Amino acid sequence: MNTASVSFGASVSSQSRFMQLALAAFLGVFVMGFVGFSHIDAVHNAAHDYRHSMGFPCH
Amino acid sequence: MTLFRNVVFIAAIAGLVAGVVLACMQAYATVPLILKAEVYEQAGGGHTHDHVAAPAANAGDTNAMTGAAPAPTEATAPEEEGWAPADGFERFAWNVVANVVTGIGFALILVAASEFAGGIGNWRQGLFWGLAGFAVFTLAPNLGLPPELPAMPAADLTQRQIWWTATVVATAAGLGLLAFRRSPPLALVAVALIVAPHIVGAPQPGSFESPIPEGLHHQFVVAVTLTNLVFWLVLGAVVGVVRGRLTGTTTSLRDSFA
Repeated sequence: MNTASVSFGASVSSQSRFMQLALAAFLGVFVMGFVGFSHIDAVHNAAHDYRHSMGFPCH
Repeated sequence: MTLFRNVVFIAAIAGLVAGVVLACMQAYATVPLILKAEVYEQAGGGHTHDHVAAPAANAGDTNAMTGAAPAPTEATAPEEEGWAPADGFERFAWNVVANVVTGIGFALILVAASEFAGGIGNWRQGLFWGLAGFAVFTLAPNLGLPPELPAMPAADLTQRQIWWTATVVATAAGLGLLAFRRSPPLALVAVALIVAPHIVGAPQPGSFESPIPEGLHHQFVVAVTLTNLVFWLVLGAVVGVVRGRLTGTTTSLRDSFA
């Protein structure tokens, strides 16, 4: 398990590394929130079966 | 921004693969149950959607969905406001889109979080990261808010979404503390974080009376839990494989392969 402890961005400054990872995570949260939690009717209807199938709060 | 680009690249591949797998599983395991529940929903008529009130004069209307349920008074008018995909292929296609898009979203969160902890080195590590994702995004929130079928009673949507989000955040923080901090007091804090949302309790509906048979709902909960488990295992494993290939080729490309 510990053969591959290579980490990305090891040469980048730790602050920049943190910012880039945080940005990626934020993008993920935004995408998930929009599809899964948006109250816009059309988005709700398009992703209706998905929301139910993921156990997201729906209706 | 090389790191960011690499994370997005890995997440896109993993999310695409896991999303397609999940959509296929849903087509067989969960969506048929949702369609069954919608028959009860239309038969019952009374639930949170604003149904177009059907005048009694429409009693003779034949609705395509009424095959299995006695609902002669249901109007053929669409039940939800706004655009909705047509049943059949269009609805399936949008489900695939939703799965792939959110699959990439989940993958972005998973890859970013795991990079803070050194990264997912191979598919086996990926499985364990996937299990953590399953615990955070499926198990914990679904304990308090079991997956619902259409027409089931539920509390206010916004309150449930707030509880869901808070539970996911608290569980993720708790698991992170347990896995990456080695002090007993922090382990206690971690357990408290994981337990707290369930002591507070999820918003519950006023009445649990439901037109959906208990057996159908139980089947749905099992289907949702298992399909999500497979989704997270696939997602984690694919992240491990893709990342391993990219870092493994040559170490000098480690920071700038994409």
